[in-house]
Amino acid sequence: MPSRVLPLPSAEAEPLLPERFLQWFASRGWSPREHQLALLAKAREDASALLIAPTGAGKTLAGFLPTLVELSAPSPAEGAKKNVISTGRAVKRSGGLHTLYISPLKALAVDIARNLEAPIAQMGLPIKVETRTGDTPVSRRQRQRRYPPDILLTTPEQLALLLSSDDAPFLFSSLKRIVLDELHALVTSKRGDLLSLGLARLWRLAPEMRAIGLSATVAEPESLARFLVPQRDGRQEGADIVIAGGATAPVVEMLDTRERLPWAGHSARHALNEVYELIKRNKTTLVFVNTRSQAEMLFQDLWRMNDDGLAIALHHGSLDVAQRRKVEDAMSAGRLRGVVCTSSLDLGVDWGDVDLVINIGAPKGASRLMQRIGRANHRIDEASRAVLVPANRFEVLECAVAIDAIAENAQDTPPLRIGALDVLAQHVLGCACGEPFLSDELYAEVLTAAPYSGLTRTDFDDVVDFVATGGYALKSYERFARIKLDKQGRWRVANPRVRQSYRMNVGTIVEESMLKVRLVRSRGGGSGSTGALGRGGRMLGEIEEAFIEGLVVGDTFVFGGEVVRYEALAEDQVHVSRAHDSDAKVPSYMGGKFPLSTYLAERVRKLLDDTRAWNALPDQVRDWLSLQRHFSRVPGVRELLVETFPRGSKHYLICYPFEGRLAHQTLGMLLTRRMERARVRPLGFVANEYAVAVWGLGDMSFMVRHGQLDLNALFDPDMLGDDLEAWLAESALMKRTFRNCAIISGLIARRFTGEEKSRRQVLFSTDLIYDVLRKHQADHVLLRAARADAASGLLDLRRLGDMLSRIHGRITHRELDHVSPLAVPVMLEIGRESVYGEASDELLAEAADELVKEAMS
Amino acid sequence: MRDVVEKKNEFLGRYSLSIVMPGLDPGIHVLSLCPRRGWPGRGPAMTESIALSVATPNAFDVAGVTLLADLSGALFWEEQRLLVVSDLHLEKGSSFAARGVLLPPYDTVATLGRLAAVIARHDPRMVIALGDSFHDRTAHERLADSDREALTALQARRDWIWISGNHDPALPSDLGGVVASEIAIGPIVFRHEPTGAFGEIAGHLHPKARVPTRGRTMERRCFASDGERAVMPAFGAYTGGLSIRDAAFAKIFGTPGFMAHVLGDRKLHAIAASRCY
Repeated sequence: MPSRVLPLPSAEAEPLLPERFLQWFASRGWSPREHQLALLAKAREDASALLIAPTGAGKTLAGFLPTLVELSAPSPAEGAKKNVISTGRAVKRSGGLHTLYISPLKALAVDIARNLEAPIAQMGLPIKVETRTGDTPVSRRQRQRRYPPDILLTTPEQLALLLSSDDAPFLFSSLKRIVLDELHALVTSKRGDLLSLGLARLWRLAPEMRAIGLSATVAEPESLARFLVPQRDGRQEGADIVIAGGATAPVVEMLDTRERLPWAGHSARHALNEVYELIKRNKTTLVFVNTRSQAEMLFQDLWRMNDDGLAIALHHGSLDVAQRRKVEDAMSAGRLRGVVCTSSLDLGVDWGDVDLVINIGAPKGASRLMQRIGRANHRIDEASRAVLVPANRFEVLECAVAIDAIAENAQDTPPLRIGALDVLAQHVLGCACGEPFLSDELYAEVLTAAPYSGLTRTDFDDVVDFVATGGYALKSYERFARIKLDKQGRWRVANPRVRQSYRMNVGTIVEESMLKVRLVRSRGGGSGSTGALGRGGRMLGEIEEAFIEGLVVGDTFVFGGEVVRYEALAEDQVHVSRAHDSDAKVPSYMGGKFPLSTYLAERVRKLLDDTRAWNALPDQVRDWLSLQRHFSRVPGVRELLVETFPRGSKHYLICYPFEGRLAHQTLGMLLTRRMERARVRPLGFVANEYAVAVWGLGDMSFMVRHGQLDLNALFDPDMLGDDLEAWLAESALMKRTFRNCAIISGLIARRFTGEEKSRRQVLFSTDLIYDVLRKHQADHVLLRAARADAASGLLDLRRLGDMLSRIHGRITHRELDHVSPLAVPVMLEIGRESVYGEASDELLAEAADELVKEAMS
Repeated sequence: MRDVVEKKNEFLGRYSLSIVMPGLDPGIHVLSLCPRRGWPGRGPAMTESIALSVATPNAFDVAGVTLLADLSGALFWEEQRLLVVSDLHLEKGSSFAARGVLLPPYDTVATLGRLAAVIARHDPRMVIALGDSFHDRTAHERLADSDREALTALQARRDWIWISGNHDPALPSDLGGVVASEIAIGPIVFRHEPTGAFGEIAGHLHPKARVPTRGRTMERRCFASDGERAVMPAFGAYTGGLSIRDAAFAKIFGTPGFMAHVLGDRKLHAIAASRCY
C-alpha cells in the first residue's frame, strides 16, 4: 500500500496542543477534534497528510493548527526563526514565508484570513496573516515580496506569479508547510495541473516543506494523496491519509410528486408548488439547479407564486459581483428563506443555518450531489437533509440510483488528471522568467509533480521547443525566440517583454466570451442595429456571447430575475429593455458543465435491467418502463438497444448508450457521417444524457432488414479513426478546445500588453490558425494538447471509445411501427435543442429561402 | 517612370489601364480612359436585380457586370477572364512572430496554395490582388524562397496587378507583376479601401456574416454588395473578419438594404445583411 489510513494517535508523552491552545479550545466550549490532533501528530512526524472530512468538520482549522502551534513558540534548535538569504541583488534580507495556503476561490482566501484572525488574536499569537489575490493592491503586493507575512493565503495563479519572480528563492526557501484547501475540486481541472507544477518548484526551493491537503470524500484517496508528495523514480508515493470519522449520514429523499411527471425537459415546473411549500416549511433552503438559465426560470416562477412574500434570492456566476455579495451577506445574516443557485455556491465558506438542500434536475454524479448536500448543515453531528426533484422520467432513475449511492457512501469523483501540455508550456515560460534553467533539471523537477510523473522526455522537449520558437517543423522563427540558451546551456528569457506578457496571461481559466447586459428603454420593433438607444441604463450582469448569438432582436429571455427583451448589440454590450411578457422565450438548455457520471450511468443501466428494483420507483415511472418492455425492450446492462421506426415523412433511429450528453453529441456527429455514406440520408440528430436520436429520409428499418445497413458496422469502434479525424477538422467544439490550449500555452495572449483588443478589431482567429496548423503540422504539440483535452472534455472521446468497445457485438435492434415509450423524451428534445447536424449549407439555404419568400409575398 | 498599357477588348471595343511602376509614390491615382456611357444596367434599376440574383447560383451583379464568386473568396469576371483576390496578408504569421506571438509559419504557403487552386480553376488572363497582399512593409523580404518561386509560377502567362493597400503602401519591385493604386475596367473600379463610389469593388474590411439559424449561429466570410458596389472578403489564411453589421459597412452602402453573399461549403448564399448580425 502506498499510504496508510491512520488510526488516531494514542495519548503520548508530550501533548500535541500547547497549554495556550487547550485553554483557547476550552474557552470556546470546544475540544479538539480527533482529526485535528491527527494532523498535529503528522506534523510532528514531519509527514505530509491528506485530510478527508465532510463539510463542517473544522477542516480548515485542522489544516492550520500545526502552523499555529509551531509559530506560537519559536523552535530553540533553529535559533533565529527566519533564514537570511541573498536575493541576488547584493542586498541581504531576512525572513520568508512559513506557511502558504492555496484556495480555489479568492473569496475563500479572504474569508479564511478573517476566520484565522480570531484565534490568533484571542490567543495573542505573534503571527502575521495576509492574503494575496488578483484584487490585492500593487503596493501591498510589493511589500509582501519584501516583508512577507508568516502565513500567506492565495490562489494557484498567484503562486505561479510569485514563483516566476526574482524573489522566489527568498520568499519560499524558508517555507515549512503548504495547505491546499478544497483539493478535490482543484485537482479536476488544469488549475490543478498548474498547482502541481508549482508544488514541484516549491519542493526544490524548500525541501523541508510538507503539504496538508484538505478534501471532501473522493473515490480514490490514495491517488489524491500522491499529489501532496514528490514522485520519484516511478514509485507511487503518497501522503498519509487521515479520515475524519463519523459524519452523520444525510437524509436524502426524492420528491414524490402529486403531479404528472414530465416526459422531457429540465425545468421541473410541475413540482413548483411542492418546492415552494418546502421552502415555506423550512428556515433556510438552498435550491440547486444545473444551469444559469434554469436558475433564472425557477427564480422567476417562485417569485410569481410568492404570496407569502418569502425572502428568496438568486445567485449565479453571471450576476454582477456586487449583487452576488449582497445575496451572500443576507444569507450569512440569516435573512433569506431560500436561495436559487447554481454551482456558484458549490464551494465556499459556511453559510448561516441552511437546513434543507433541494436539488432540481439531474444529480449528474454521486460525489457532486453529496458535496452539495453537505452545504445543508455545517454541524457535523446533525444529519443534512436534502430533497431531489427530478424534472423528467429519466431523471427519476438517475435520482433513485444517486440516493442508493449516497446511502452506500459510494464515490464517483474522476481519477487524477494526466497533466496537460499547454499548462506545462505556461509553467516552462514562467520558470524561464525566474532564474535560467537547465532542461535536464527542470525535466526531473516536473516529474515529481503527480500529474506529470509519466511525462516523456520527448513531450517535455517539444514543449520547451514550443515555448522557445513555437515548435514548428519549419525552423524560421529562431530570431524571434522567446527563450534562448545561454553559454552554460541554460534557458533564459530573451527579452523583458516576454516576462511582462507571461505575467499578464498567467492562469488556466479561459473565460467564455462574455457580453455585458445593460437595461435600456424599449424602442419598439427595432432592427437590431445600433441606433440612438438610451444610454447609461443599469448594468444587469454578463451573459455568454454564444447565447446572444442564438437570439433575434425582439426575443425575450430571463436575466437577473427579470424578463427582458433583446434590443441590440453594441460593441461588448447587449442592450435589453424590460419586457412585460410573463413568458420569456426560454433559453435553450445548455445542460450544465458536467455530463452524467460514468458511475451513475452504470447504475441506471443496472436499475433498468432489474425489474424487481422497479418496485421502488414512482408508479408513473414503473408504468412507463413496463410499457417499454411490452412494446419494445428495456436495454440490458451491457447491450445497446437500437430502435428504428417511421414517423411523419421521416425515419428515426434511436439508441440508448447512457453515456452523457457530451459523448452522445460526438456519437451523433459520427453516426450521421456514416449514415450519410450508407445512403440513409440523415437530416439531423439530437442527443441528451441517455440517448441519441437520428432522423433521415431513408427507411432505416427496411435497410437493416435487407442487410443494406449493418448496425454492428455502423457502431464499430473504428469510427474513432478516419471519421473522427475528418470531423475534427471542422468541429466547432474542437476549435474551442484548441483556442483554450492556445491561450493557456501562451501562443496567443488573452491580453496584449498595452493594447486593448476591441471586439471590432479581432487580430486573428484561432479557428483559422487551427485549420492551417492541422494541415501543415498535424502532430504539433498544441494539437496534441487539444486532442488530449477533447478526449475527456467537450468531446468526451474516451467515454465514447469505452462504450463502443463495451457494446461491440451486443447490439439489439427493434424494428417498431411507431415511437417507443423510452424514445419519447429524446424525441421531445427535437426542435427544443439546437440541431447538431453539419448541414451548414442547408441551414444557410433555409435563411436564404426566407428572403425569397419575403420577396415573393 | 510610368508605363501605360493599352489593350484591345472584344467586349468593349477598347479599354486601357494605367499602371504605376513599382516603387513609385502610391498616391498617384489611375483613371480609366474608357468611355462609360452606354454601359448596360446602370442606375436605379439595379435594386431589382438584387432580388433576382438570389436565384443565380454563385454569382452576383455589380454595376451591371455579372461576377462569379468563387467559394474560396475570389471573384471571377468571365468576359474579361479576370480574377480578383483581396487581402492576402502574406507573412502575417511571421509579422506576429516578430512581435512575440509565434503563430504557425504556414500561412503564406496555405494562402498561395489556395490561390494556385483558384487560378487553376479559372485560368485567368489577368489577376488583381486588391491590396494588403502583404501583411506589413517588410513582409516580402521574409518570403521563403519556395513561396517566392510559387508566386512567380502563378504569375507566368498572365498579367498580374498588385493594388497597394494600407498594409503594403509601397510594394516591392523584386516581385513580378505591376503595381497600381487603383484600376478601372469598364464600369468597375478596383481599389483597396472602399469609398462607396458607384461600380467600386474594394477589400480592406474583411466582411463576414454571422447568420443565426435554427439554434446556432454560423459565421462565414462573405461578399457585401448592393448591386452597385461590392466589398470582397479577405483571402489570406489568417485573416479574420469584420461583421457586415459594423458601422463601416453602413457608411459605404448608405442603407441596410445590401446583401451578404455568404461563402458556403458548396454554394454561395445570398442573405440580407439585416438578417445577419
